[in-house]
Amino acid sequence: MATTPCRFGSRRDFLKAAGCLTTGALFHRRLAWAQGSKLKIGLMLPYTGTYAALGNAITNGFKLAVAERGGKLGGRELEYFTVDDESDPSKAPENTNKLVQRDKVDVLVGTVHSGVALGMVKIARETSTLLIIPNAGAAAATGELCAPNIFRTSFTNWQTGFPMGKVVADRGLKNIVTITWKYAAGEESVGGFSEGLSKAGGKVVKELWVPFPQVEFQALLTQIGSLKPDAVYTFFAGAGAVKFVKDYAAAGLKGKIPLFGSGFLTDGVLEAQGEAAQGLETTLHYGDGIETPRNKSFREAYSKAYKGEPDVYAVQGYDTGLLLAAGLEAVRGDVNKKSELVAALEKAHIDSPRGAWTLSKAHNPIQDIYLRKVVGTQNKVTSVAHKALEDPARGCSMKKT
Amino acid sequence: MEFFIQLLNGIQYGLLLFLLATGLTLIFGIMGVLNLAHGSFYMVGAYLAYWLARQTGNMWLAIPLELAIVFIIGLILESTLYARLYHRDHLHQVLLSFGLILIFEELRSIFFGDDVHGVPVPESLKHSIPLTSTLSYPVYRLFISATCLAVAGAMYLVIQKTKIGMTIRAGSTNREMVQSLGINIKLVYRWVFAFGVTLAAFAGMIAAPVSSVYPGMGSQILIICFVVVVIGGIGSIKGAMVAALMIGIVDTLGQVLLPEFSGVAVYLLMAVVLLWRPQGLFKVA
Repeated sequence: MATTPCRFGSRRDFLKAAGCLTTGALFHRRLAWAQGSKLKIGLMLPYTGTYAALGNAITNGFKLAVAERGGKLGGRELEYFTVDDESDPSKAPENTNKLVQRDKVDVLVGTVHSGVALGMVKIARETSTLLIIPNAGAAAATGELCAPNIFRTSFTNWQTGFPMGKVVADRGLKNIVTITWKYAAGEESVGGFSEGLSKAGGKVVKELWVPFPQVEFQALLTQIGSLKPDAVYTFFAGAGAVKFVKDYAAAGLKGKIPLFGSGFLTDGVLEAQGEAAQGLETTLHYGDGIETPRNKSFREAYSKAYKGEPDVYAVQGYDTGLLLAAGLEAVRGDVNKKSELVAALEKAHIDSPRGAWTLSKAHNPIQDIYLRKVVGTQNKVTSVAHKALEDPARGCSMKKT
Repeated sequence: MEFFIQLLNGIQYGLLLFLLATGLTLIFGIMGVLNLAHGSFYMVGAYLAYWLARQTGNMWLAIPLELAIVFIIGLILESTLYARLYHRDHLHQVLLSFGLILIFEELRSIFFGDDVHGVPVPESLKHSIPLTSTLSYPVYRLFISATCLAVAGAMYLVIQKTKIGMTIRAGSTNREMVQSLGINIKLVYRWVFAFGVTLAAFAGMIAAPVSSVYPGMGSQILIICFVVVVIGGIGSIKGAMVAALMIGIVDTLGQVLLPEFSGVAVYLLMAVVLLWRPQGLFKVA
């Protein structure tokens, strides 16, 4: 404004001055819109119910990443719009629409439950809102439903099962029984495992299914005992995982038929599983005792900012922040430059506490999967089960917009 | 051999279901109150077991303490809330007890957080009995079965053979008549209600070491409880026992023999029974 010639002394000058002031004001307002206005982030996560702890960890991780950048991404401050999705798929369209239509968020972040996440995917595709999935591992989100505006910073269920197949077969355990809940995550995890197993020369002799979310396993444990396989692979999570691991030990199977699983079997539930979980081996994209400076600094910062230690969900939330930061910095916070933003997100190299990862063509992380072993209350990383594993993304044909 | 172990599994599961559902059938059958919050008491019982076992370090001490706590909660809830709704229709009772579910869940979240917690099996019941080279049966599960049988026997005796039992049965048939005979039926109901929810909490407590405690655990058992009550005939303790055992065995064998249909086997059983006897197996007069 100082450069504008706006000096006045006469009536005519007064008019000129008025003009000056209005254009100045207009100019100022436009400037504010471009740089100063807040970026609207819609967090749609479970804050009540079974997955509440996961929703909170993801939120904490995300906000930590933002706080490390001075509270700004791409030069813009953030405004959060939070919705509790209650892990209820039937409410997913309504909840997503609240954020997209009413609050007009620029970016959607969510969620934990696969069914809810697929509901979000549907609306994100219809409205081409940018969506980043910080947990749900349903194959379809970066498979047959993949889209340029849909990203995932966590895993696919296939990714957490596939590496274990080779690990098990390489130990000479060839005849395997699988047991899991009969729903998408269980089916996809066991599918990945079977694929890895048969590639390495083993085979699944029997697939056992439990109706979701039932936790009465006794009948099937008895069946495992009489089938006497070389080993058992399982996918359970949360309370089901606690009960399965304890029941497995109580039925006397532990120590006789080795049990393997995707990492969710022993993540966040070791205190509850206690003795029964000791020595269990699982595969996941994160674990305890990753001795990199990156992981150490993250863990210190997290436990300083929040009570308690970070878990895999906190890391996924944190990485969601990192990914979004990388994208927004490339377009200087202007979310309307959609194609540039998508291109920047696709190219991002995420220096994550779990180890560096990049995105596949289908927008899912290409990442190392660790083999972990339960020692005390920790999932100690013992080796890398599969380096830079990419989900096959079956059925994904990405149409460029 | 495997078949017999599976049968044992089924019976054991059935007995636990009986303990879960019997409080519901008492309250529903005798008082005519539809208590959706039944599952919440199961959850309260489990969480109290978790908390008291940690505080006292001894489950045998925790059990009587907890039963007393839940019984008092039951008395308070009946006298302040449920008693007002006896003459209203079931929809009001559904609304009230649904509200209670939400309140109990929120309190649980505030006091205990949203994590899954394990409850240790008491030291004296920790071992297992070997059955085959690979399989053994945990003693604690047998203990659960024995407890359920004991509770069932005690309830049968009290309701069929004692004066209190006679009053309760009479009250369920004709409330006004019992009252005009000089019996304080309101007080009887209060005790029945408190006893019913205490049974649910007791089930949660003794199941806690095998099921562990977690958010939403109450709503998970509610549906199967209603299935037991409906198959058995509303209000019938005997019916609840038969229905619970049937469900336990059908569910267990269903998982083994027809895994594709294991999710619906129990509901199929319910449909068949209701077609055959719409009032359930043992309808109370």
